[in-house]
Amino acid sequence: MTLWLIVFRSLRQHALSTVVTAMSVALAGGLLMSVWSVKEQSQAIFTGVNAGFDAVLGARGSKLQLVLNAIFNLESSPGNVALPDFQDIQSNPAVELAIPIAVGDNYLGYRLVGTVPEMFTQVEYAPGKHYEVGAGENFFDPNRREAVVGSFVAQKLHLKRGDKFHPYHGLIFNEKDQHAETYVVVGVMKPSNTPADRVIWIPLEGIQRMSGHDPNAATDVSAVLVKLKAPEAGFRLDMMYNRQGNRLTFAWPIGTVMADLFSKIGWFDQVLALVAYLVALVATLSILASIYNSMNERRREIAILRALGARRTTVFGAILLEAASISTLGMIVGFACYALIMVAVAGVIREQTGVVLVPMKFNMVMVWAPAALIILGALAGVVPAIKAYRTHVAEYLVPTS
Amino acid sequence: MALLDISKLRKTFVDPDGGRHAVVDIEAFSLPEKAQVALRGESGSGKTTLLNLIAGILKPDSGSIIIAGREMSALSEPDRDRLRATTIGYIFQTFNLLQGYTCLENVLLGMSFGPGVDREFAHALLNRVGLATRLKHYPRQLSTGQQQRVAVARALANRPKLVLADEPTGNLDHKNASESLALIRDACKENGAALLLVSHDREVLQQFEVVHGLEQLNRAVTVEVKP
Repeated sequence: MTLWLIVFRSLRQHALSTVVTAMSVALAGGLLMSVWSVKEQSQAIFTGVNAGFDAVLGARGSKLQLVLNAIFNLESSPGNVALPDFQDIQSNPAVELAIPIAVGDNYLGYRLVGTVPEMFTQVEYAPGKHYEVGAGENFFDPNRREAVVGSFVAQKLHLKRGDKFHPYHGLIFNEKDQHAETYVVVGVMKPSNTPADRVIWIPLEGIQRMSGHDPNAATDVSAVLVKLKAPEAGFRLDMMYNRQGNRLTFAWPIGTVMADLFSKIGWFDQVLALVAYLVALVATLSILASIYNSMNERRREIAILRALGARRTTVFGAILLEAASISTLGMIVGFACYALIMVAVAGVIREQTGVVLVPMKFNMVMVWAPAALIILGALAGVVPAIKAYRTHVAEYLVPTS
Repeated sequence: MALLDISKLRKTFVDPDGGRHAVVDIEAFSLPEKAQVALRGESGSGKTTLLNLIAGILKPDSGSIIIAGREMSALSEPDRDRLRATTIGYIFQTFNLLQGYTCLENVLLGMSFGPGVDREFAHALLNRVGLATRLKHYPRQLSTGQQQRVAVARALANRPKLVLADEPTGNLDHKNASESLALIRDACKENGAALLLVSHDREVLQQFEVVHGLEQLNRAVTVEVKP
């Protein structure tokens, strides 16, 4: 009780430096936890998102570009797949489902993806989950100029059933590139927390035959999303398309392709982690500096406590406890910082990719980072605590007569 | 047996030029239980150093201090701290109240290093010194005389056998000084504590039946003052 009273009063007496120092710990803790959490969550989600498919078949080029374009609706298409190639893989006995997609147009910056109705009726984007539209709405009729809007796009552009729009050519919005065709929104998809939320789905032929597109490529598709009957078939198709063939790329397995991306940008994670560690170090040093700098004014109080009978170990412990308390206070606020950073980062990632991070999802970093910062904070108190321990009582108590 | 027994006590300090000079050099001094004795001494006569030696705050170069049958110099520092907390109450000239703590907390904190916190006794002490309505006041919210009374209550908080008072009225006006001195003496009597008070104030010293001059007691003073 005595130690806590001494610590509490000291924190109150040095309220400003306590708050400033605790805030630096809070920022450090929040940053450290969020860097770690974003890294782990995004890695887990991006390598786990496959939209219900095992592989992507596309034009010869980078597997990563193919996956980013076909699964995450990012990047441009590396090229087209001719109709016979699509029919080939569709009829391959190892393939359970082959869904063609076509890209190349946008509406106000949001990508239009042409596909077939099977995308909505047969694909489970996650086990047991199909894409759904709102009550009274439906997916498009492949023979009409109808569109189904992803939930994120609908929210951003305030699109609803019955709305009409003109697509724009290209993946980047340019108001001069408006197509003449008019599409009618027939459904708004329920949130799936996948990249599908941030695109507008129209019939495959709508993209293929859009005015201004090359009529010679009217039967081509941008990529084919492939679901295999058995995972082993992937080896054979990989061999067939990537080793023996030279026209197409078979990106399989999707998770491994994305994992390659994360291993390539692993240095960036390390840089972020290093920055977070440095901020934590600075926060720790700020605790040391804050308490150490106040030691001169505290020495009289320490001398009085000692004169009242407090042992050296008591004042030593009080300073350590004070340092640990500042860290603990900082970490309590640190969780608020963490939540703010995560909400902001999750918002950006959702906007850019459609992938949804869960800001307060439990991660072990939420245990070890606070524990480490509190221990570091306590250690930062060792130097001033030694100073307190060595305080010469008579010297600081009263002038010797 | 005396409560306090001092023999051949010597304490020196290092001069800025590297030499040493004695501040306390006492052949013998004793204080019976429950006695009230004043030591007269001018500035530089070693008053505070002597009290700090008795309280175990300073360690003597040589000699012995026996308090309640325990030889101070034979004790480890934690044991000296313990003895100070349980057996000695100290009233400082500048009161040395902890500014961030209320009156009551100042008294309770003193108790926490001793036998233990006794809130009822703390209230009773503060009531005795006339501060029953100032329990939650901070020292800065009190007059000098009231601060002095908190210091008295704190010194008596652990029911000490010996109360040391270092110029306790030095910072008070005449009226407050008389009242405060009477309070210290009465409170010590009521609690069965001996009182050893050092002062240079004649009016304070006149209140005591037994007064020793540090000039006679402390050979170091003789050397310093009358070379």
